[in-house]
Amino acid sequence: MNPLTMVRDLFHGPPTPGVLAVFGHLDATVDAVKQLQAGGRDDYTVYSPLPRHELEDAIGAPTSSVRAYTLIGGIGGCAIGAWITLYMSLDWPVQVGGKPIGSIPPYVVIMFEMTVLFGALNTLLGVALNALRGARRRGTIAYDPRFTNDKFGIFVPAAAADAGKVEALLKGAGAEEVRRA
Amino acid sequence: MPTTSAPPRLTYDYVTQTIARTLGTPGRTYWLLLGGAVALLGIGIICLLFLLRYGLGLAGYSHPVYWAVFITCFVFWVGIAHSGTLISAILFLFRSGWRTAVYRVAEAMTVFAVMTAGLFPLIHIGRQWYFYWLVPYPNERGLWPNFKSPLIWDEFAIGTYFTVSTCFLIMGLIPDIAAIRDVATGWRKKLYALTALGWRGTHDQWRHFSRGYLYLAALATPLVLSVHSVVSWDFAMAQVPAWHETLFAPYFVAGAIYSGVGMVITLMVPIRKAFGLEEIITVNHFENLAKLCLLTGTIVGFSYATENFIAWYGGPTPERAAFIYRSFGRFWWAGWTMNICNAILPLILWFKVVRRNITSLFVISIFVNVGMWFERFVIIAIHLAGEPFEPYVTAGYNPTWADWGIMAGSFGWFFMWFLLFAKNFPAVSVSEVKEVLAPPTRGTAGRHA
Repeated sequence: MNPLTMVRDLFHGPPTPGVLAVFGHLDATVDAVKQLQAGGRDDYTVYSPLPRHELEDAIGAPTSSVRAYTLIGGIGGCAIGAWITLYMSLDWPVQVGGKPIGSIPPYVVIMFEMTVLFGALNTLLGVALNALRGARRRGTIAYDPRFTNDKFGIFVPAAAADAGKVEALLKGAGAEEVRRA
Repeated sequence: MPTTSAPPRLTYDYVTQTIARTLGTPGRTYWLLLGGAVALLGIGIICLLFLLRYGLGLAGYSHPVYWAVFITCFVFWVGIAHSGTLISAILFLFRSGWRTAVYRVAEAMTVFAVMTAGLFPLIHIGRQWYFYWLVPYPNERGLWPNFKSPLIWDEFAIGTYFTVSTCFLIMGLIPDIAAIRDVATGWRKKLYALTALGWRGTHDQWRHFSRGYLYLAALATPLVLSVHSVVSWDFAMAQVPAWHETLFAPYFVAGAIYSGVGMVITLMVPIRKAFGLEEIITVNHFENLAKLCLLTGTIVGFSYATENFIAWYGGPTPERAAFIYRSFGRFWWAGWTMNICNAILPLILWFKVVRRNITSLFVISIFVNVGMWFERFVIIAIHLAGEPFEPYVTAGYNPTWADWGIMAGSFGWFFMWFLLFAKNFPAVSVSEVKEVLAPPTRGTAGRHA
């Protein structure tokens, strides 16, 4: 098998059958999300050109796990800062003016900088691992380029038998356009 | 974020299209500006080659002045960087809606200014090919850097600042690059498809992105305050009169933000005009920047007054002599340039009519930049040159052509990167500008159709 195709398949799963709705209005999108939830669905994907609290509240997803990455990165960075300064001072002890070899107050500066550095790098890693892969976890889903401009969208995975019902729900909530993918 | 009332033309689509339009084929003015920047950089490189060949004596270094224009430029550029992080991180945490239109320019400016600043310590060390001695790495002599030295703190602070501000810039760019990708054509579409890293604006992506962005802002906020504090400690930890002051950290941070806001205005005025962004970046944005300038400029002026007062109040000490030299010595003109541009000039920003006049703000911003460069020059070079109790001073200090050439080169380097950025990536945030607009709802169907 062509290795390039293998790499592509790794990132682009097989297309998922379902229904894609395009919304022009934020409140209509929120209504649709609420109706989907009332119907017991939670496998939909909402597209939006910007983060809106209305959508976030309606979807009610748990707090992102990125915060754990930040915390671990920060604590790890602080520890690395403490380790390099203390270890390196004690490894080549130079006595200056009777001051302690391992002198904590100036090392706090390095520890602080390392906390921020590793905290930030780990945050980026957390976002990369979670967000950039997130949309493809269940396979490739339909998308419309207007979703980064001025339209909101909802994709609901559905088998052919189920799709008609989903289409009716999304249209009823005020979708401008509904199509099967 | 609070929703502000916007003119009816300002729809999501208008924002995307306007910002996407700024990335079209550049005109003649752009190439002229870019050519000018590259030419300046060329001058800088030629001077640097001479410096490499003949040594630091070419920069006018002589006892007791061994820190001069290069360190001045270093502090100047680090200072320029600071307002970018202030606008992008601190104002983000304060939920200031107005930052959305200006923060991308400020943040890009931060990254390129730190890139410029980072060159100067390397130029200044003289034997540039040994720069890696600053890095703690295991070596055959078992030596490690001295972590009690502010210079090593500085290296860690600047390295962290550069990395974190670059992460912050890139992360904020991802949704905007995706927005541009979806309207672009040709080779640009391919470039943006690659750099958008698969962004599609799904609710999961936004959920993680918003959290991550919040934490990056929360980490960058203490970082911005710490970096210039550490830079100030390069001086304050030494025992040179007029350097050894506890005031230095807040004084330098305020000065840094003051100069940075000045530079944001200097960059924003031509960009707004060239890219036709008058509807997105309004006079209100400039007025807010001017208020920041006024606030920080006042803190700087107050710091000047405090250090002069303490020097007088302390009695006939080297400190007092140093401040008399600053105002009335051989370099009195540099001292007064700094006093006038940084402490007196910003006071005219109390007048609303000045704050809302873009031409006057542009002129003031240039003076702010000049004044803040001179502040660092006065603090660093002049206080060393005028050290009153220093015996064996053999020669007067003067900056040389190599100093000016390399400084000009640094401006060329900075503007080259900035111009390349502004024409290839969205210089105004697409998604964040939309955040302060009223969202399209069924009630406003006509406006957003």
